Amino acid sequence: MERKSIFITATQINYFFVCKRKLWLFSHNITMEHNSELVELGSLLHKDSYKKRRKEIEFDGIKIDFFEKNKALIHEVKKSTAIEKSHIWQIKYYLYRLKELGINVEGKIDYPLQKKTESISLSDTDEMVISNIISKLKQILKEPLPPQKIAQKICKKCSYYEFCYA
Amino acid sequence: MRNYYIFKSGRIKKQDNSIIFEYTEDGVEKKIPIPIVDIDSIYLFGEIDINNKLINFLSQNNIMIHFFNYYGFYTGTFYPKEFLLSGDLLVKQVLHYYSNKKRIELAKEFVLGAIYGAILNLKRYKEKIDNEIDELQNLIKSIEEQHSISMIMGVEGNAKEIYYNAFPKIINQKIEFKKRVKNPPDNMMNALISFTNSLIYSSVLKEIYKTQLNPTIAYLHEPSTRRFSLSLDISEIFKPIFGDRLIFTLLNDGVLKQSHFDKDLNFAYLKEEGRKIAVKAFEDKLNTTFHHKGLGRVVSYRKLIRLELYKLIKHLMNEEKYRSLNFWW
Repeated sequence: MERKSIFITATQINYFFVCKRKLWLFSHNITMEHNSELVELGSLLHKDSYKKRRKEIEFDGIKIDFFEKNKALIHEVKKSTAIEKSHIWQIKYYLYRLKELGINVEGKIDYPLQKKTESISLSDTDEMVISNIISKLKQILKEPLPPQKIAQKICKKCSYYEFCYA
Repeated sequence: MRNYYIFKSGRIKKQDNSIIFEYTEDGVEKKIPIPIVDIDSIYLFGEIDINNKLINFLSQNNIMIHFFNYYGFYTGTFYPKEFLLSGDLLVKQVLHYYSNKKRIELAKEFVLGAIYGAILNLKRYKEKIDNEIDELQNLIKSIEEQHSISMIMGVEGNAKEIYYNAFPKIINQKIEFKKRVKNPPDNMMNALISFTNSLIYSSVLKEIYKTQLNPTIAYLHEPSTRRFSLSLDISEIFKPIFGDRLIFTLLNDGVLKQSHFDKDLNFAYLKEEGRKIAVKAFEDKLNTTFHHKGLGRVVSYRKLIRLELYKLIKHLMNEEKYRSLNFWW
């Protein structure tokens, strides 16, 4: 099944790392009702953190939490450090997409609850990895069936848990 | 979040980010604020004035209103605009209706689920009944051979007849119940069944709303009627466990008596007090939690409805064959 939208969203990149099944379901609009406390907490955190510096950027499936123009720096705010790898590639994907537009910036992930930050930049290798991820991701979405359940510990916290294991 | 059941008459309106229920009691005007985030859905039994401002507000917050008439008879539901849509799934839902083979496969499962539930209920009163369980088990065996929707409906009808025949043997109170009669019901038992069925139907409808399933496309029932047929399909599975089991308990424990029904109307309608008792028992039942083996977590009985819908979605996506709920407790 062909996806209408040509643009891969950051959420899709994130899910690519977390769970391919979640990626497939989400991309086919099988989304879950957002009533989990975790989701609620995430959106509250998003609303309340770094209010002063906030300047959201949105374009073609990309939504960057905030941008420091004078430092040429983009920020992504995250609740926990638990799924770091996906966070890193999410922001690298932003850098990749911005670079395509001729904008060279650096990135930072903020973990306000831990008072921690992590600097992210985009190397040549990263660019190759991302274009590889994009083609793999598109391949997954073309499959008629969703990928198998991953049966991992993280499933228990996932909003799709009941869907997958019912 | 919970369901709000309003029995009094008055007016509900939007005020800021809340809703207010206004009514008059003993000549005194009263106002009850209800925070919008606390409402799952609203059941209106009283005579209530509402305006479009309220409807818009409830719709924005994805809240349903279920209407009941003066006699406590289900009238209909205000179904807010869909907020979870999947074109892919809708196409597949339609294809499963359109293919006779696929449709029959699902219809059989819904009837099977209904009979499983009936058998389970009868097993609890084994000493009181005759050979109804065996008869129902024979019907289960015969389902496999049916090859049209009307034949499956026929099996369902037979099953219901056998099952309902056992009701007077189960109930301690002296009740008049020979035959299931709807629109309007003709006695206490029929009134109770109709009432709990409408509570089940509206609960299922609300769960459907919280998935990508389209409530009008169904498999056992015809989608062409005015009702949300998919809700009727899924309700079949839950009627025995959520409705009938409740009725047995309420009547056998003497919680509901003839005095809760309207004598002038041949006991065919529950009076307000009776409705409150039934609604309360129903809510308590659905909120009761238990350990779900498959999920390895504690869930409410209400959650079982959603899980059933998830199973159906996976079936429609051609991922996992749908097998209707067969209770293991």
